[in-house]
Amino acid sequence: MSVKKVDLSHLKPYGDQMDDGAVQLSFTLPVPNGSKAREAARQIANKMGLTDVQIVFSEDLKENFSFFVVYGHLNTSIDYNEIKVLEVETPKMSMEEVDKYIQEHVKRQIVVVGATIGTDAHTVGLDSILNMKGYHGDSGLERYKMFKVYNMGSQVPPAEVAKKVRETNADVVLVSQVVTQRNIHVKNLVELADILEAEGLRKSILLIAGGPRITHELAVELGYDAGFGNGTLPSDVASYIAVEISKRVL
Amino acid sequence: MGKPVLNLDENMVKRARKLAREITDEIQKFIDVRSTTSVERTVARFYGIDGVNHEGVPLPNVVVDDVQKSGALDRGITYWLVNACVAKSMSPQEIAESVGRGEFSLVDFPPQNESVVAEKIEELTQEALERLRKVRDERDKMLEELGDPAQPYLYVIVATGNIYEDVIQAKAAVKEGADIIAVIRSTAQSLLDFVPYGPTTEGYGGTYATQENFRIMRKALDEAANEVGRYIRLTNYASGLCMPEISAMAAIEGLDFLLNDSMYGILFRNINMLRTFVDQYTSRLICAYSHITINTGEDNYIKTSDPIDRAHTVTTSQLINEQFALKSHLKPKYMGIGHAFEIDPDIENGFLYEIAHALLTRELFPEATPKYMPPTRHMTGDIFKGYAMNTMYNLVSIMTGQSIQLLGMLTEAIHTPFLQDRYLAIENAKYVFNNAKNIGDEIIFKENGFIQKRANEVLSNAVELLEHVKDIGLISAIEEGTFGDIARKREEGKGADGVFTKGEDYYNPIFEMMEEELEEEEL
Ligand code: B12
Repeated sequence: MSVKKVDLSHLKPYGDQMDDGAVQLSFTLPVPNGSKAREAARQIANKMGLTDVQIVFSEDLKENFSFFVVYGHLNTSIDYNEIKVLEVETPKMSMEEVDKYIQEHVKRQIVVVGATIGTDAHTVGLDSILNMKGYHGDSGLERYKMFKVYNMGSQVPPAEVAKKVRETNADVVLVSQVVTQRNIHVKNLVELADILEAEGLRKSILLIAGGPRITHELAVELGYDAGFGNGTLPSDVASYIAVEISKRVL
Repeated sequence: MGKPVLNLDENMVKRARKLAREITDEIQKFIDVRSTTSVERTVARFYGIDGVNHEGVPLPNVVVDDVQKSGALDRGITYWLVNACVAKSMSPQEIAESVGRGEFSLVDFPPQNESVVAEKIEELTQEALERLRKVRDERDKMLEELGDPAQPYLYVIVATGNIYEDVIQAKAAVKEGADIIAVIRSTAQSLLDFVPYGPTTEGYGGTYATQENFRIMRKALDEAANEVGRYIRLTNYASGLCMPEISAMAAIEGLDFLLNDSMYGILFRNINMLRTFVDQYTSRLICAYSHITINTGEDNYIKTSDPIDRAHTVTTSQLINEQFALKSHLKPKYMGIGHAFEIDPDIENGFLYEIAHALLTRELFPEATPKYMPPTRHMTGDIFKGYAMNTMYNLVSIMTGQSIQLLGMLTEAIHTPFLQDRYLAIENAKYVFNNAKNIGDEIIFKENGFIQKRANEVLSNAVELLEHVKDIGLISAIEEGTFGDIARKREEGKGADGVFTKGEDYYNPIFEMMEEELEEEEL
């Protein structure tokens, strides 16, 4: 008995057989339901590169909209070996290890300023990184001996962050952005980076963004040193800060 | 669920209510001697002032700012406005437009003949109240004619940012089976110290609450209601810096529900405490007068604090919200007491906790219309699991007899709902509510079993907390971070500069007459 092995240079989705390319999706079309709408849905799936398209479910959503559940097979593939992703590359350390690392390499407390900026009122994400309690059993930065944390809360104007950085002589700025509608997070993050630059503070700090829709790649593109997304643990961020700041101290 | 099954300790319930009343009595003393810029702007709106000046500043702000700048607002806007009306033989709107053009200030005019001014005030006040009564009676009539849908009402939100797009989605939802449409406000509207004007087509994570947007959606929903032969309720948000103004607009445009909490703005938007307390009183008074159901915001506390450990903070706040609402003469049937299904899905027997908590709300507020909120904080990008969680949530609701069911969206962690998300949510609720329709009538819980014990435990923790809040006062309790694990300081927060102490000659007949009428009704 043989099972077909994955060919990484021609990677495809897997349904229940290697290389079947099976894909499941759902979407709405702004036309009334019926055979013409189903045909439209089929053609759209075709244009996405799916073959053997089956419209397994369609429903009238009223007001001239219809909903489809669609299956199909992808007839193209990608080369997995060629993929490069931008990731935060830091060895993962525990709280004790991070504290020790900072003691040895930085030899003083690292000052961290955190805020959710703009009109965004979400604090739970930032608090899970900063507050003692932390996230999923992983303690937050306030519990580390070697971090001095200033949590400014939410709805903080970027200019206030800059002011705080100056006041506290901060080494690190942690910014959270949760609301992303109409790319408001991009606008806010760029504004903060610009202000810090204009005030001559940018070079002296490690600037980090976070939030459920933030990726490292996006953050770097916006002029940040790093970005942390969904499911980030405080120790991920702490390890990164420890290593990066110690590089700068040298 | 017809009859109580929790075996709540009746003495405990009585004690809880008494404590909550005493706690709010203390705050009411603060409220009674104060007014705010937004309360005064509300008065201006009731006297017919609407629109913006050439700089886009809403005219209610124009007149109130004008008097505030001269340091004369402690008398209230009514006197100054009507005195100017008499002096210039103009309507309040004409006066406001002139002030907006910089032609004069309201305080420029010498006191006009006292009895003429008094008569004019009386006339304008009667006109304003008559307008509200007319809208209210029309709504009540339509509700009766079309018929009140069965509970739990299916409540969905629209939030495209564009009111015209919202209308399309709302109508589709109504035809799928939705009973209530809420138009979510744009991010951070609550921090604006004015209400935007006119129809709007751009917003972030929601659509601006403007009077014109209210009118557009009301009209669309009435059309849809007539088509489906079922009364459709419209909801918006009376929170933030313009709480009472939004209530006024809602009353004028015939909205049915308003999210309206006595502490939400303080905790979740960092709005000043006194500002919020004063504003919530007036805003609820308007709701009481116009038969608008308030929805309180306790669900939010367990988004930022633990839903099991802090369950009693929800109960505590519900009781406080109830007492504040009673002080505004709101009848229990217009109280959508808030709570939520937010327990971590990984917790063993989480479902039993949810039943106990939901039933506790139901039995503590038998005459209210509890507003039950879906899982949100533990919703993730796994939309399939999220859909399963929403099914469990719907099951708890039908089992425990909730009144207002804000439908969970499978894409909660990702974006404001797509059209198809709303459809799937309505399908889920219709399925569960039909499939398990009478389950509540069949259930008796084990004597002293998990659910009875848990409900009584939460209640007794709530009583303990109420004792503490009573001892230190509600303001200090908020400073301690009692609700939602969020601490706010008495002096801090936005909008503090809009609060002022009423002068000896403060006069606000429109709210006084509302109070009188409502008090009479109560007798
Ligand atoms: C709780 C909540 C609220 C609470 C917030 C309370 C508070 N004090 O935080 C309240 C009720 C106030 C609220 C309000 C609103 N919300 Co909200 N809210 C949520 C909800 C349910 C959970 C968010 C949460 O707490 N997650 C848990 C934390 C731990 O996760 P996290 O934020 O992703 O954080 C993790 C990582 O991202 C990362 N991280 C986050 N920040 C940072 C920062 C740094 C530096 C680092 C390193 C890492 C990091 O680490 C964390 C731990 O792993 C989500 C839906 C959801 N399930 O996600 C909607 C959601 C985020 N809200 C949403 C919206 C639209 C709003 C409103 C705008 C609605 C409105 N129109 O009024 C308002 C916002 C008003 C405003 N001015 O911002 C949308 C956002 C849509 C979008 N993509 O833009 C969501 C997705 C819901 C939805 N489907 O509509 N909300």
